[in-house]
Amino acid sequence: MTSPIDMTETTTNTAPLLEVRGLGVEFQTRGGTAHVLEDIHLQLRRGETLGLVGESGCGKSITALALMRLIPQPPGRITSGQILFEGKDLLQLPEAQMRRVRGNRISMIFQEPMTSLNPAYSVGDQIMESVRLHQGLDAQAALARAIEMLEAVGIPDAAGRVHQFPHQFSGGMRQRVMIAMALACQPDVLIADEPTTALDVTVQAQIFDLISEMRERTGTAVLLITHDMGAVAEMTDRMAVMYAGRMVEEGPTDLILSRPSHPYTQGLIACAPGRNPQSHGQPLQEIPGTVPSLLERQGGCTFADRCSHTQPRCRTHVPPSTWVQSGHRVMCWLYPDSEGARA
Amino acid sequence: MMTAPPLTPDMPIQPQQKTVSTLSPWREAWRVFRGNKAAMLGLVSLILIMLVMVVGPAWYAVDPFGIVATPFHEPFVDSRYWLGSDYLGRDIVAGMLIGGRATLLVGVSSAAITVVIGISVGALAGYFGGWIDVSLSRLTELFQVLPALLFAMVLVTLFQPSLGVVICAIGMVSWTGTARLTRAEFIRLRGLEYVNAARTMGAGHWRLIWREILPNAMAPLIVSATLVVGVAILFEAGLSFLGLSDPNVMSWGMMIGANRRHILECWWAVTLPGAAIFLTVLSVSLVGDGLNDALNPKMHLR
Repeated sequence: MTSPIDMTETTTNTAPLLEVRGLGVEFQTRGGTAHVLEDIHLQLRRGETLGLVGESGCGKSITALALMRLIPQPPGRITSGQILFEGKDLLQLPEAQMRRVRGNRISMIFQEPMTSLNPAYSVGDQIMESVRLHQGLDAQAALARAIEMLEAVGIPDAAGRVHQFPHQFSGGMRQRVMIAMALACQPDVLIADEPTTALDVTVQAQIFDLISEMRERTGTAVLLITHDMGAVAEMTDRMAVMYAGRMVEEGPTDLILSRPSHPYTQGLIACAPGRNPQSHGQPLQEIPGTVPSLLERQGGCTFADRCSHTQPRCRTHVPPSTWVQSGHRVMCWLYPDSEGARA
Repeated sequence: MMTAPPLTPDMPIQPQQKTVSTLSPWREAWRVFRGNKAAMLGLVSLILIMLVMVVGPAWYAVDPFGIVATPFHEPFVDSRYWLGSDYLGRDIVAGMLIGGRATLLVGVSSAAITVVIGISVGALAGYFGGWIDVSLSRLTELFQVLPALLFAMVLVTLFQPSLGVVICAIGMVSWTGTARLTRAEFIRLRGLEYVNAARTMGAGHWRLIWREILPNAMAPLIVSATLVVGVAILFEAGLSFLGLSDPNVMSWGMMIGANRRHILECWWAVTLPGAAIFLTVLSVSLVGDGLNDALNPKMHLR
């Protein structure tokens, strides 16, 4: 389904560029404490694209904000874990140093290109702003960089349009500008939080192509947050599946898509329409039930109430992480490596 | 049978004239403003009033405090004092020409003070929220419930009644509206995506407040500042009417106040400066309304 993945590359023991260990985030709400993220583990290697998938509200975007240390506090709070970037824990950095990481080493693009650009400044000013801030370029060099970046993301007549304002660009063009802005400082990590959700289908493909192309050109690692399984298949080397604030499965994209292990992942992939030609004319599949409230957490697997393979211990004990293959792990009691249970 | 005209692909499609010029939001606003007749009338009359204030006294060199004619000299009869004289025999033309200086100076300066205090307080409260917002909002409310005119009168009588004190007093009592407006705008804007985007680009609080949020909050603030100028002019006129402005500076308000007892004998000494104040405030309001239309993006859809 996708280009063959070089397994040796994803399984070599090079230290990951960005590693999240046991990240937990809570939000204080009127109804009590919401456990928005629990025990999140992620690894992102240099130049790799990692897909982060899951349905709305499962904590994908909060994970991204936590990586930038931009969770609104209060009500949010990072309760546990480490975010190691080149071996240094970002959670321990003073705010002033963290600001030098944001936009410079790790940058981000958003879902809504129509509102992600400041309407009061020309697009050139906005690209220049970050390179002047982080790289200390003078106005002339920054303008040259802005034009160069706009050309790189495929804006025609970049030298002329650099002085135009966001309202003079279409949605797809604005997302290109956002990508130019995010990559202007040549960051090591680009977080793309559903970068195409608000765009036309034809434009979506262009933006995905652009992200891939820019990744190849600059060597930036990409964390792609999406619920578009097609995009995951197309774009990513590895993927991680989240459900209700927890990771449920992680591994090479082609392995997970062809043989999903976690019942939730299986359901999610079955839900994606049009993958199977025999399903034409059939009602779309869905996963029964709804996502549990993040407020009332009982012990056990968060998916237990919707799962068709539920066992008694699913409701009492959180399943441990089990390696089903090299580089592919799943958090589910179905898999025998975890204490030799039945398959 | 198909009757609909076929779509011929070789039909010449009029390419839309693409403006490659850079139309900044401010230029666009000016374009709309220019099309607004009332606002342009206000602007022109405001500019004329200012011109008269600047060059008038130099061209008509009569001391406004000098007693040059008999008291209650009727207007439009004597070409030497063609607007007549007041109850002391002072030339009304000289007073009219120079009296707007204090009025405009006080109006603009105290509006500037209002805007500086109001934006600072409102921006901090709206951006940070939490206890900063609570304490600054309470402070704003405290100033709001103070009776403005009485408070200004107390300030002016505590210190000596100079123009500087009058400006500060008006500024002190009229910043609350701007602060509340700024706070509301900041609360609306601080959660927008481009502010978050700037945050992910490594912008700190200072940069977010001044560079990202404030420029987008400027439209309503400019409009309110313009209207504050009008209010401040009226305020100054009120204070000098009560004899609480600088007695050594001739102003329209002072002319009205000084002659108010003689309004039946010499209506012109009260009416003419009153009309001048009215015209100035009207012009300022027209400009303010025009700015409101020009800077309010929803009005562009008309």
